[in-house]
Amino acid sequence: MPQTLNMERISDKVFSGERISAEEGLYLLEKADLLSLGLMADQVRRRKHPRGVVTFVIDRNINYTNICCCGCRFCAFFRPPRHAEGYLLTQEEIFRKIEELLAVGGTQVLMQGGLHPDLDLEYFENLFQEIKRRYPVKLHSLSPVEIDYLAKKSGLPLEQVIKRLQEAGLDSLPGGGAEILVERVRQEISPEKIGARRWLEVTAAVHRMGMKSTATMMFGHRETPGERVSHLEAVRSLQDESGGFTAFIPWTYQPGNTMLGGRAISSWEYLRMTAVSRIYLDNIPNLQVSWVTQGVKVAQIALAFGANDFGSTMLEENVVRAAGVGYSSSEQELATLIKNAGFAAAQRDNLYHILKHY
Amino acid sequence: MLDKKTWNRILQGQLGGIAEKVEQGKRLSREDGVFLAESSNLPELGLTADYARRKRVGDVVYFINNAHINHTNICKNLCRFCAFGRTAEAPGAFALTLAEIAAKVEQFKVYRPSEVHIVGGLNPALPFSYYEEMLKIVRDALPDACIQAFDAVEIDFLAEISGLGVKGVLSRLQEAGLCSLPGGGAEIFNPAVRREICPQKISGERWLEVHKAAHQLGLPTNATMLYGHLESPGDIVDHLLRLRSLQDETGGFLAFIPLPFHPENTSFSHLRRRSGFDDLKIVALSRLLLDNFLYIKSFWIMLTPNLAQISLAFGANDLDGVVREERIAHDAGAATPQYQPLENFLRVIRESGRIPVERDTLYHVLRRF
Repeated sequence: MPQTLNMERISDKVFSGERISAEEGLYLLEKADLLSLGLMADQVRRRKHPRGVVTFVIDRNINYTNICCCGCRFCAFFRPPRHAEGYLLTQEEIFRKIEELLAVGGTQVLMQGGLHPDLDLEYFENLFQEIKRRYPVKLHSLSPVEIDYLAKKSGLPLEQVIKRLQEAGLDSLPGGGAEILVERVRQEISPEKIGARRWLEVTAAVHRMGMKSTATMMFGHRETPGERVSHLEAVRSLQDESGGFTAFIPWTYQPGNTMLGGRAISSWEYLRMTAVSRIYLDNIPNLQVSWVTQGVKVAQIALAFGANDFGSTMLEENVVRAAGVGYSSSEQELATLIKNAGFAAAQRDNLYHILKHY
Repeated sequence: MLDKKTWNRILQGQLGGIAEKVEQGKRLSREDGVFLAESSNLPELGLTADYARRKRVGDVVYFINNAHINHTNICKNLCRFCAFGRTAEAPGAFALTLAEIAAKVEQFKVYRPSEVHIVGGLNPALPFSYYEEMLKIVRDALPDACIQAFDAVEIDFLAEISGLGVKGVLSRLQEAGLCSLPGGGAEIFNPAVRREICPQKISGERWLEVHKAAHQLGLPTNATMLYGHLESPGDIVDHLLRLRSLQDETGGFLAFIPLPFHPENTSFSHLRRRSGFDDLKIVALSRLLLDNFLYIKSFWIMLTPNLAQISLAFGANDLDGVVREERIAHDAGAATPQYQPLENFLRVIRESGRIPVERDTLYHVLRRF
C-alpha cells in the first residue's frame, strides 16, 4: 500500500535526522496516528535534548494596556480606544508588579499589550530604561506586531526602532501575533493586523539586530491542515536564514467571548500538532507547551509529544499579592510535574540558559 | 493504523521485551508490570498497549446511555478518601424514599436509558426490603433497562443486615431485577493501604469473594481500582493481577475501570492530584496486564473528556455513559459537567480514528455509528 510505504519512509527520515518536506508534514498531520507522531517527536526531542531536561521560566505577563486599535476577531482581551473597560497601567503599577516578581525569584518580564494610539517609541524607551535602572530583570517584551506599530508611528526604519528599544533595555521578543502565517486566514481572523510577510520581515530584522525571539502559532480556528504546515514552513525557512528563534509555541484558539466564536479543538488535536511541529521544525531548539490553554495535565502529556519547555509560571496578580505562598507552589508544581514525567526539571532565563536545577 | 516500521522500533525500544510478549500473546509477569508502572516512556507504552487493544478487541469504542441513582449518602464506613459519605446527623445527609426513587425513575423514562446504575452508602436505617423494592420500582418503570446496582461493599452489608449471606442476598436481588454489579469498593487490595484509606471497608479478599459469588450466579460484574493516594506501583500491579486471576477462574468480569482519586474535600486534600502521565500509564498498564478483560473503561466524568479521549490511544475502548446524575465524584471535586450529549461522544471517538458503538450493560451492540 503506497500510504503505508509513505509513512514508513517519513518515519525513516525522522529517525535518521533528515528534514521532512511540506507534503510529508501534511501527510503526518492528516494521516499518522497520534502515538506514532509521539514516538517520532520524542525521538527529535531526545536528539535535541539528550539529557532529558525540561525547563521553565519564572516570569510575569504584564499586559500594560488592553486598548487596541487592531480589533482581531479571535481576541477577547482587547477594548477599542475610549471604551469604558480600557486600561493603561502606570509606570508605578508596572514597577510594583516587577517587584512582586523579583520577590519570588522571577527573572523575566513579558510585556505585551494592545496597539494603543497614545503610546509611542519614546514611551517604551523611557519605560524600559526606568525598569532596567531599577531591576535586574530580562525584558522579553513586545511582539513583532507592536514593533511594527512603533515603526509606523515613528516613521523610522525598523532597524532603528529595534536598536533604540534594544539600547533602552529590551532583551528578547515573544513571538506573538504570528497566529497562522497565511494571508487568507489572517483576512478572516485578524484583517487589521500586519500580514504574514510583514511579521516575518520584522522578526528577521529583530534577529539581524542580534536579538532572539520565539515563534508562536495559534491554531484551531479557520485554518486548514495545509495552512498549518505553511506556517511551520515559513518559520523553518526564516530560522534557516537567521537562526534567531529560541522556541516554538503552538497554542489553541480559545473561542470564549470572541467575535470569531466557534468551538475549541480537542487536546487530541493539540498533541498531534505539537508532535508535528517538533518533527517539522528541525532547526528550532525548544518547543514549549501551552498549559494556559490545555491545563497542566495535557501540558505534561505534551512532554511525550516533543515538548521540552513548560513555558512560565505565569504569576497571577492576585496570587502574587498573597505574599509568597502561592507562587512558590506553582514553581514547585511545575518542577514536580516535570519530574513525574521522568525528566529533570530546571529553571531557565529568556534565552533558555539554565539557572537552577530542581 | 500502526505501520510495521514503527512497531519494529517498539520491539527494539525500552519496552521491547514486553512488546514481544504482547505480539506473541504471552502473558506479562509481575516484574513486567512493575517495570511498566515505573517507566516514563509514554509513546512506547501507549503504542504497546494500543497494539494489545487492537489485537484483542479491534477498533470499536463503546459508550452507554445510562442513568444514575445515588440513593443515600449516609454511610457507616466513612472512608477517608470519600467526600460523599457522611453520618445521618451531618449537614446534607439524605436517603431517598421509595416514592422519591419512583419519581426520579419517571424522569429517566424520556431519555430511554439502557442501564440504571445504582450505588449508595451503607445506611443502617434502610432495611433489606428497601433494596428489593427499589429494584422492583426501577424494573417496572424501565423494563428494558438493565439494572447495574450495589457494589461488593453494599452486597456484603446487605448480607449482614439480612442474615441471608452473600449468595442469598444476590439471588433475592436478582429476582427483584438486578442484572449486574458495578465494580466499586475495590480501591486498592493491599491491606496496609486499605487500613489507611478505608479502615472500615471490607477487605480485598472479601471484595473478590463477593464478585466470585456474583459470577457463579450468572451476574456479570465490573472491577475498579482507585489510584493516586498512598499506593505504590507494586500495589497497582498486584491489584491488577488479583483481578486477572479471578477472571481466569470465572470469566465474569466485563470492564475494568481505573479511577483517579480526587483529593479535594477529603481528608487527603493535601495529596496532589495524579498527573496526566499517571492517568495514561494506568490505562496502558491495565490493558497490558489484564489480558483476559475485553473492556478497559475510561470514566470520562473522573478523567475529564479530554484525557478520556487521549486514553483511547493508550488501550481504552469504553468511555462509559451519557451520565445524567452522578454525585460521588462531584462531591469530591470532579469539575466535569454531568452530561455529555451524544454528538460529543461521536466526535471524540471518531476524531481518535475509532468506531463509536452504543452498547448495553452486557456489551450487546445497540447502535453502530
